[in-house]
Amino acid sequence: MSYNLKENLLREERLAGGHRMCAGCGSPIAVRTVLRQVEPGDHAIVCNATGCLEVSTSVYPYTSWKGSWIHNAFENAGATLSGVETAYRALKKRGKLDDTYKFIAFGGDGGTYDIGFQSLSGAMERGHDLVYVCYDNEAYMNTGIQRSSSTPHFADTTTTPAGKVIPGKLQQKKNLTKIMVAHNVPYVAQTTFIGNFKDISEKAHKAIYTPGAAFLNVMAPCPRGWRYPTEKLMEVTKAAVETCVWPLYEVIDGKYILSYKPKNKLPVEEYLKMQGRFAHMFKPGNEWMIEEVQKEVDRNWEELLQLCGE
Amino acid sequence: MGIRERLSGNEATAYAMKQINPDVMGAFPITPSTEIPQYFAAYVDNGEVDTEFIAVESEHSAMSTCIGAEAAGCRAISATSSCGLCYMTEMLYVAASDRLPITLAVSTRALSGPININNDHSDAMGVRDTGWIQLHAETNQEMYDNYLQAMRIGEAVGLPIMVCQDGFITSHAIENIELVEDDKVKAFVGEYKPVINIMDKDHPVSVGPYAVPTYYMEAKRQQAQAMIDAKDVIRKVGKEFGEMTGRSYGLVEEYMMDDAEVAIVIMGSSAGTAKEAIQELRAEGHKVGLIKIRAFRPFPKEEIIAGLSKVKAFAVMDKADSFSALCGPIYADTCAALYTAPTRPLGINYIYGLGGRDVRVDSIKHVFAEVEKVAATGEVGETYRYLDVRE
Repeated sequence: MSYNLKENLLREERLAGGHRMCAGCGSPIAVRTVLRQVEPGDHAIVCNATGCLEVSTSVYPYTSWKGSWIHNAFENAGATLSGVETAYRALKKRGKLDDTYKFIAFGGDGGTYDIGFQSLSGAMERGHDLVYVCYDNEAYMNTGIQRSSSTPHFADTTTTPAGKVIPGKLQQKKNLTKIMVAHNVPYVAQTTFIGNFKDISEKAHKAIYTPGAAFLNVMAPCPRGWRYPTEKLMEVTKAAVETCVWPLYEVIDGKYILSYKPKNKLPVEEYLKMQGRFAHMFKPGNEWMIEEVQKEVDRNWEELLQLCGE
Repeated sequence: MGIRERLSGNEATAYAMKQINPDVMGAFPITPSTEIPQYFAAYVDNGEVDTEFIAVESEHSAMSTCIGAEAAGCRAISATSSCGLCYMTEMLYVAASDRLPITLAVSTRALSGPININNDHSDAMGVRDTGWIQLHAETNQEMYDNYLQAMRIGEAVGLPIMVCQDGFITSHAIENIELVEDDKVKAFVGEYKPVINIMDKDHPVSVGPYAVPTYYMEAKRQQAQAMIDAKDVIRKVGKEFGEMTGRSYGLVEEYMMDDAEVAIVIMGSSAGTAKEAIQELRAEGHKVGLIKIRAFRPFPKEEIIAGLSKVKAFAVMDKADSFSALCGPIYADTCAALYTAPTRPLGINYIYGLGGRDVRVDSIKHVFAEVEKVAATGEVGETYRYLDVRE
């Protein structure tokens, strides 16, 4: 069935409104969009790494989660959900369960690229039938915008402040999506919020309904950390895609497939200038920083095109 | 009548697991508990159990998978030692506060550093405040028996339970053992009826939510109450187990305490060595006895008061130090239990057997000689002492 936004939005919401996430935050949008792809009638068990999403949706005695949800700690959503998924198989085998359950983890980049990396790698390698969704906002936002291995080159964070001697983060962003591909799992995809949400929705559906372990990396901007006006969220993600800073692609059984190729690849400035975290790069004398980022983006993009056979 | 066998402590533990046939095991190898998941994996791969076994990539993930599985309404188990238990520590707190009665077999071992694979109780003592029930075994038989009782205890109060044996000394030494028949084990352990279950489609639940100061302390108070309630459950289950097997258990075991004038408090395999020392000393006319702690958490306050109030002086044997410049952990709790008791004997503390340092009959006899000196003179001297160490 072809994708239809209207039909999609009529589906049951599994994350209730009234949670305490910021306006203009990408994380709850990622969650709602992914969970809408769980077929009506199927149950979804959500596992949440510690982070903004977890603290803002589970303030006892309230919960924003309509289905069952489990939070364990910061670094172990992969392992915790492995346990839940294994329990499901154990109970099914013993005839104690009939219904179909889907298992979806949500973690920020801190809980995924960094502290939860081992636990995630273990879950992927063991091939549990689950989906790990990283809502990648490129820093430790819950604790106040500290750098992670996902933070892009030169970004100004509270632990990589753009100072007089050191101009923000000195390292490039880690390519976690490719590392997940290296786990030989059946489905890996990189996506964000674009247009009518066709890309993320279709990828989420594939991830959820592909048997085995799947990984979805969703660029989910943070207005506090990235410093953009809340209403500009969709413009930021669009610029990330049009500049090829965040290419959209999927890898099915090891085969790379490009989801979108901009007709007119925009210069990285178009993306960087929208965000306060890169403001120092536009100061006179700092042109070299933008040039360097452009080179990095170009190299990564060319590599991806080759992998995709483009 | 049970089945007579010869098994190591690790194998006896794995055999108990097999008889129980739990739903999920998540485990990671670490000396000296490695054999437990090894034996169990063989049961799984040979179809002798239908447990789902997850060979995880760390102890942290082992406990994380157990938390996920137990929250999903399953009986989840693991086994570990030493640094592995340390690495799980963060998750041990979560398991206890989520009130998930996971069962963890521990073959106790020293902690790094220096790195050392031999036995002491530093690992178990290091996690004593995580909210887990802790049973400790003197022998392979006790390890097996404790394991069969563990789920009944943990599930009754909604707390996770650690079943500990001394690494190598108990875990690897082969002893005669009497096993319980499979059908009797199944009937005794029973079916797990979880209080919460995230897989219950009619009652979705959020497990592990964020608690603000308005609620956090009440959650902790309930956890504290569960541990208090565990005392009676341990006594009741131990008695019931005795009715089935002839081997009854309480929170402690008293040995030669009826007319004892001095005593030691001890836990784990060294209790066996101490019993030998007591027999020899008794033959020479010394009125000595011991209290062996079986349940370290909950701490057996009533039993300690009842037992020690009969003696003039005692020594607490700690196979772990807490580096407080004061005493080891069991001595601290023993003294806290006694402080408001009507009769308070004099007590000294020995740190002993660290990193596998051999504990001989003569070592224990030396301790009794020192305790008798305290009883005779009324002077305790230095209470914080190390046994069999080169100064």
